[in-house]
Amino acid sequence: MPLMPVVLWTDALLYLLLALLGGFAWHAARHEHLRAPWRRVARSRIGVVTLVVLGCYLLVAVLDSVHLRLRLADQSGATSAETRYSPEVLSLLDLALAGLRSQSEKTYSAPFATHLYVKEAIELPDGRVLRDYPRLVHGGAHLDDPAARGLDILWRGLLGALLGLALWGAILFALSAALARRRGITPALMRARIKAGRTEVPWRAALLTLASILALGGAVALLAGHYHVLGTDKVGEDVLYQALKSVRTGLLIGTLTTLVMLPAALLLGIMAGYFRGWVDDLIQYLYTTLNAIPGVLLIAAAVLMLQVYMSNHAEDFASLVERADLRLLFLCLILGVTSWTGLCRLLRGETLKLRESDYVQAASALGVGHFTIIGRHILPNVMHIVLITLVLDFSGLVLAEAVLSYVNIGVDPTMNSWGNMINGARLELAREPVVWWSLSAAFVFMFTLVLAANLFADVVRDAFDPRLRGAA
Amino acid sequence: MSAPLLEVEGLSTTIGAARVVDDLRLELARGETFALLGESGCGKSMTALSLMRLLPPAGRIESGAVRLDGVDLLRLSEAEMRRVRGARLAMIFQEPQTSLNPVMRIGAQIAEAVRLHAGAAAAAVDARVLELLHAVGIPDPERRAREYPHQLSGGMKQRVMIAMALAGDPELLIADEPTTALDVTIQAQVLGLLKTLQQQSGLAVLLITHDLGVVAETAERLAVMYAGEIVETATTAAFFAAPAHPYSRMLLDSLPTADKRGARLAAIPGRVPPLDRAFTGCRFVERCPRALARCAEQLPPWHEAGAGHWVRCHLWDADQVDAATVAAPAVAEGEQAPAGEDAAPLLEVADLKVHFPIHRGVLRRVVGQVRAVDGVSLQLRPGRTLALVGESGCGKTTAGKALLQLIAPTAGSIRYQGHELAGLGHRRMRRFRKDLQIIFQDPHASMNPRMLVGDVIGEGLQALGLARTRPERLRRAAELLELVGMPGAAVERYPHEFSGGQRQRICIARALAVDPRVIVCDEPTSALDVSVQAQILNLLKDLQARLGLSYLFITHDLSVVAYLAHEVAVMYLGRVVERGRVDEILERPRHPYTRALLSAVPVADPRAERRTLRLEGDMPSPSAPPPGCHFHPRCPEARPECALAYPEGRAVSATHRVHCLLVEAGR
Ligand SMILES: Nc1ncnc2c1ncn2[C@@H]1O[C@H](COP(=O)(O)OP(=O)(O)OP(=O)(O)O)[C@@H](O)[C@H]1O
Ligand code: SF4
Ligand code: SF4
Ligand SMILES: [Mg+2]
Repeated sequence: MPLMPVVLWTDALLYLLLALLGGFAWHAARHEHLRAPWRRVARSRIGVVTLVVLGCYLLVAVLDSVHLRLRLADQSGATSAETRYSPEVLSLLDLALAGLRSQSEKTYSAPFATHLYVKEAIELPDGRVLRDYPRLVHGGAHLDDPAARGLDILWRGLLGALLGLALWGAILFALSAALARRRGITPALMRARIKAGRTEVPWRAALLTLASILALGGAVALLAGHYHVLGTDKVGEDVLYQALKSVRTGLLIGTLTTLVMLPAALLLGIMAGYFRGWVDDLIQYLYTTLNAIPGVLLIAAAVLMLQVYMSNHAEDFASLVERADLRLLFLCLILGVTSWTGLCRLLRGETLKLRESDYVQAASALGVGHFTIIGRHILPNVMHIVLITLVLDFSGLVLAEAVLSYVNIGVDPTMNSWGNMINGARLELAREPVVWWSLSAAFVFMFTLVLAANLFADVVRDAFDPRLRGAA
Repeated sequence: MSAPLLEVEGLSTTIGAARVVDDLRLELARGETFALLGESGCGKSMTALSLMRLLPPAGRIESGAVRLDGVDLLRLSEAEMRRVRGARLAMIFQEPQTSLNPVMRIGAQIAEAVRLHAGAAAAAVDARVLELLHAVGIPDPERRAREYPHQLSGGMKQRVMIAMALAGDPELLIADEPTTALDVTIQAQVLGLLKTLQQQSGLAVLLITHDLGVVAETAERLAVMYAGEIVETATTAAFFAAPAHPYSRMLLDSLPTADKRGARLAAIPGRVPPLDRAFTGCRFVERCPRALARCAEQLPPWHEAGAGHWVRCHLWDADQVDAATVAAPAVAEGEQAPAGEDAAPLLEVADLKVHFPIHRGVLRRVVGQVRAVDGVSLQLRPGRTLALVGESGCGKTTAGKALLQLIAPTAGSIRYQGHELAGLGHRRMRRFRKDLQIIFQDPHASMNPRMLVGDVIGEGLQALGLARTRPERLRRAAELLELVGMPGAAVERYPHEFSGGQRQRICIARALAVDPRVIVCDEPTSALDVSVQAQILNLLKDLQARLGLSYLFITHDLSVVAYLAHEVAVMYLGRVVERGRVDEILERPRHPYTRALLSAVPVADPRAERRTLRLEGDMPSPSAPPPGCHFHPRCPEARPECALAYPEGRAVSATHRVHCLLVEAGR
């Protein structure tokens, strides 16, 4: 076997989350009352545009969550019974971006630069030593004359964009053929409808978004082979690579946190609302107390403790990646602990209302047991709250990661994350001339994700709001 | 006759594709009360909003003219229309709760309305506010003006709404179901107020309502609306004497009254047709028992059925006028044998109390008790119906739920066939669940929207282990649906696909699934239209005859009581003040509250000579009931000794008991 798969804890949880989502989608497709709000989401222009953007992020994160170890090449046939694998854990994304990962420079270089950002002593062929900006090892190395890079960039960018658009064209044809088959019309007619914007799902908006992403992605992909599109950082690592690797971290924090806190919030919230009495008092006491402790304090304490533990037990971790991964998981957990109270409170309130509803009373009158009532009547009717909270909390958590990493109580410093990028860029901002690209890259990537998530959350909330239901 | 104040001609309004008001014509004289009568969804509210030009965004007035004193309101600019609204034309809405701004003082809200129309100086405005509050009969106006809406009862809020509507001295008041959300005794107060105001200021009132009784008591003329158009218009006297349209006729027949006790009510089958299609014939044809061949093809023209009495029906073609034939044949049926009159009671409730603690403060200390039910004793015999009557908030629903142990009673005993139910836990109560069931008021809230109808009905079968497999339950559910008059195929559908009446049938089927002996019916028809109510009442009556069920029928509607009940218990502030056989209570009431309640119910017969006994004030809060007889602050016959101690129950006859000092004195 040329490779050995490695499943990290967070990978497993992400797969679980995806499986849950898939299961829910399958279930919802079969039940009109579940499908209806999502159909409203799919029919909103903002909804599909943000879905496309979020989909791209998700794709990157999923690619980055399939981990493996490559077989070492130098096994000279002698002991073929035992294959040895490289200790380095890589993800599919790492393999796809192998070029970016390996093409590191010595230190800072600006986006699209051909020379380093700092002067160094260069030894000339004739033996003299000159202090100047040296040429980069990879960025623009193919150019004979660095001054001509403008044309080269333009030409490669255009070519990349065209390739991206060609891929988009293929997708367009496949999609319109599939849609046309379902409706029983010709693909050409379907395309005309999409073009005129006369489809229920706003395909035109979705496809236009996809077109811009693919064109941009194509251009960047082609350029990245020859330039550092977003520059390099202090140790010469490509910033584009870092930013892309950070996608997984942000996405995982945003979703896993909710996932790990969900069982507790659901169980306690519903129990408090349903059984009332001392159960309610106890649970309310618990979450008011938790709420009274400043979250940052709790997180700082927990993370510092973990750090100490990890440095004392370094031998327990097979690799740096695994160690960083455990810390990420732990961060999700502790963030979850500080943030489940909001959802719990919402669920308690809704359950209090539902347990007085006529159908719950009717079920009690029919002798249905408490747990059956909770499972059959309460849980399905609070699920929309869970969903909305999940989507609404997402962007807040992504931002929280950035802030926590910035103050060094976030993810492992060796892990790529926007917070770490910003943290690393902090000192460089003081330099003259300013090194701005790490910060800007982290900001743009994070901003796009958070904006898309927020807009999506609004659409979802509106779709689930019964007061707006008639209007839609 | 002088020129009419309001003249509406050919008014048509659409909302999206639906033509909710079609070719409407009506005239209203000064000082007149004109009623627009119809069931829900027939376009009454949309008519009112069209007149005010306050339609929802999707609404559009297609054609027509609305002339107020000769000025066509539909041709005015929006700015001119704003000056007409409030100043000449005012409106009050059904829900006083939602029409007032909860964070503004009452006085300030009225002052806003006053300033809008008069722009008067501050001092004058305050004086006018007090004057208005006084005019609508709010006691202690100075204090009330400084209060917030939540401190006022529903009836008071509706009075405030009326005061605001009167702020601009309008000539015409449009009242859209002004009393539907109120209790009968409060409704009587508000209707009386409207009448007085009208006599004082010559105000014309367009009263929109679905309640035939209210129309009979207040209106001079009326129009009946059906599916967006007026089908009959007449003076109130002529209409109630001889309704000309088959729909009006059936509407009257579907009203439950004491005279119809033995008979089935005339339920109108089917439902109002959707309005988003063009009609080629009579709109009522699908439900009309007397439809002629041409009814489906020809739009019926207006026919004159008497002086000022117009009707839109082919039956009134000149050559075959025969008013008598319009009457639907009454389906008479002998009263069932009065089974179980002296049988041993199935369910015996003694001194039942349910108190809810009031928590305050950080430590959630108990600072008081809401005495929702405070010593209720009842007896329910097999195969009989006991009606529990009272105004909202008197504890009827709580008592019903406590019977089934859905709320734990604070004290008292509930014996079912000799077994004590009070205090039984969830598990030990289970074996009685099969026998005791409940039906709720709001058919829209009483089913889990995420379950199929078949599973809703099968829930009890599953919980009590009566049918273990799902196919078996679905089969049973289909049978039960047939029993309550619905197609068995409905098991495969979701509750939201059904109308209110159909949902109520499904709820009845759910209760019947476990084969109960006693059903607590908690206002099962009050959310339904009259014609649908008739269907449900008929069904309940049939089921009782066939299955020998006993009902505890909780209601505020005395006409339903007269039609359905065998025994009646009247509740006031958590206690039963009078109970007895239905004839004793309705014909020879002894308690002043029962008398007031009876006289407040509007009767759909304008000739009925009635001594009006109007109660002042509202029901006190059950957290602080008045000392002595709970009723004494409102009782017209109260004496000093009434405030001393709660009167003991006194037997008027073997079956009739009253809690009132007067009874003994009056004997
Ligand atoms: N905002 C709206 N959008 C679309 N249709 C509406 C809207 N409001 C009312 N309708 C429709 O207009 C028709 C008439 O409604 P309207 O409210 O006038 O009935 P109504 O007789 O006053 O009923 P109710 O007694 O229930 O108030 C109904 O078919 C209703 O579904
Ligand atoms: S016109 Fe025909 S269908 Fe319509 S009410 Fe008269 S008889 Fe019935
Ligand atoms: S006891 Fe007195 S206050 Fe109470 S109802 Fe009788 S007369 Fe009225
Ligand atoms: Mg209405």
